[in-house]
Amino acid sequence: MQSSPIRDLIVGLFVVSGLLALAYLTFQVGGLSLRTRGGFTLYAAFDDIGGLKTRAPVSVSGVKVGQVTDVELDDWLRARVTLDLDPGYELPIDTTARIQTSGVLGDQFVALEAGGGEDMLRSGEEIEFTESALSLERLVGKFVNDAGLEED
Amino acid sequence: MEQREEAAETFRIALDGVSLRRGHREVFRDLSCGFRAGEISVILGGSGAGKSTLLRVIGGLTRPDSGAVRVAGRDITRLSERDMFTVRDGIGMLFQGGALLDSLTIFDNVALPLREHTELSEREIHAAVARRLTAVGLPETEGLFPRQLSGGMNRRAALARAVVNDPEIVLCDEPFSGLDPLNVRRIESLLMDLNRRLGLTLLVTSHHLASSLRMADRIVFLRRGGALVGTPEALLRSADPEVVAFLSAESEAGSR
Amino acid sequence: MIGAIQRLGNRSVGIVEELGRMTVFVAGVARTLAMPPYRLRRIVDEVYDVGALSLAIICLSGLTVGAVLGLQGYYNLARFGADGSLGAVVGLVLVRELGPVLTALLVTGRAGSAMAAEIASMVTTEQLDGLRMMSVDPIDYVVSPKALAMGIAMPLLNALFIVFAFVGGYLVGVSYLGLDGGQYWTSLEEAITVADDIAGSLLKSLVFGALIAVIATYRGTTSEPTASGVSAATTGTVVTGSVVILVFDYVITALWGV
Repeated sequence: MQSSPIRDLIVGLFVVSGLLALAYLTFQVGGLSLRTRGGFTLYAAFDDIGGLKTRAPVSVSGVKVGQVTDVELDDWLRARVTLDLDPGYELPIDTTARIQTSGVLGDQFVALEAGGGEDMLRSGEEIEFTESALSLERLVGKFVNDAGLEED
Repeated sequence: MEQREEAAETFRIALDGVSLRRGHREVFRDLSCGFRAGEISVILGGSGAGKSTLLRVIGGLTRPDSGAVRVAGRDITRLSERDMFTVRDGIGMLFQGGALLDSLTIFDNVALPLREHTELSEREIHAAVARRLTAVGLPETEGLFPRQLSGGMNRRAALARAVVNDPEIVLCDEPFSGLDPLNVRRIESLLMDLNRRLGLTLLVTSHHLASSLRMADRIVFLRRGGALVGTPEALLRSADPEVVAFLSAESEAGSR
Repeated sequence: MIGAIQRLGNRSVGIVEELGRMTVFVAGVARTLAMPPYRLRRIVDEVYDVGALSLAIICLSGLTVGAVLGLQGYYNLARFGADGSLGAVVGLVLVRELGPVLTALLVTGRAGSAMAAEIASMVTTEQLDGLRMMSVDPIDYVVSPKALAMGIAMPLLNALFIVFAFVGGYLVGVSYLGLDGGQYWTSLEEAITVADDIAGSLLKSLVFGALIAVIATYRGTTSEPTASGVSAATTGTVVTGSVVILVFDYVITALWGV
């Protein structure tokens, strides 16, 4: 059959641009990571993670350095969060992991605060010092309760 | 002109008691007729007599409501579409409008049966197609698309496609309508040549009386009461009122 | 009264028969796609017709829809002081819902109708019968490449539509209304997950593509061999296609929560 090179070229360009768009949506927007645990993995256990979900950002001093890849319960029924950090960061062993909220009602994220220790955390280790999520509802409840107790 | 009873085996194609209704219209009622191998049979009849439908029934495109249609001894009314393909390998069909695929060039259209069913090299295909196109008088149209040619030229290209893989039977639906006298002669002699030289069995529907009489070995006249079969001379001598009416109307209209 | 019941019964039998024919038709398409010859040449040509020729309308519509979403989203979010979540709103609405549905509707109007009209006019001019007489299955030669091309083009067009709509939202939200660009993209990327949103979007566009392909080719091949048959097949494809897309959109969303 007669081939039509220009038409073939256009079809090729169409398919390539479509696949690129699909790849962009999948990897950049959707956040699918091809490197499986290739980065720097830390664990942190919290009493209460509030509304923290996977893909929530992990930041140090407000700079994003990684994301939450997994949330599960550990043997003591605490929330064990897996943090996937970009390679190249060195965090002291006494780093604190804290669940914070961006703004009053915004999404929750994990903030890491470096300590002053000499030794550095290695991939796969657990962050010992954690602070749970500050739940607005609980704060309000506590405030109301305290007020009520005083009235008693 | 008489209806003769002949042994079924002398017929390449035989219809036996075929009935077909289209909605409320009865196209065929208990139609029986046969077409012999190696002959040119011209199917005549007024419009609406079912000439084209008859070819469609023989090609297996339209299934009759009842009756048997035997092509080379096989009753095709019971064949599945896939089994029909093996029967159709020996049949070429020229449709009234040509029915060329308008997304393909003339060359690709004519080459299609070869590409689909043979292992010929591109070179051999090219030679075969060029030979057929020259025979129908369209030597330099290979790269053109059907829409760039006139209706008559399309029909000729379609004829080239119908015979390109050397079928034994060729069904031609109105090959002459809309052609100028020169091309009527050209197609006519091409069909006669295919018949004489290669022994093809040809079924041609037509209302072009002059060419029908020239080329036909046998005339099949379709009328309401069934088919009348006979030689061209027998047709001219026929006393059947429908035939007489058809012939007189045709001579009044002149040679179309 | 009896006449009405009779008509109802007649209609029901007719619908069941039609569904049966459609099933046979779809099975034929599936069989010819699975078995050689694979007709790559035909498929490429059809992808050109369905995909490449729909590119302009898809990109333009995507840009416009994204811009409108940016505007609407901004005004309504700003009332709650949540205009920082514009990216998330634009992204989720587009990926999960508007992208697949609008792409499918546009493709139905642009390519589905053309597909039905082309096949119907091939019926009218006996081209499909011509193929049958050459022992070539029209499903294999004409219908299946068209159907497959629709299946290939739809997810790609959907992805392009969504990306262009993101840009449209960015242009309005960031360039025009002055939101922070980084925040737009961050909020968009954090809101969307592969497993739920992108996969669901892909699923929808694949289902819609298959539906339109079947409707357009079926309406085309079963059309009356007349000029009005061609126009009926075209209109029927657009009307049936659009309704079926919307119904299936609801069904998929209800079943899988996409």
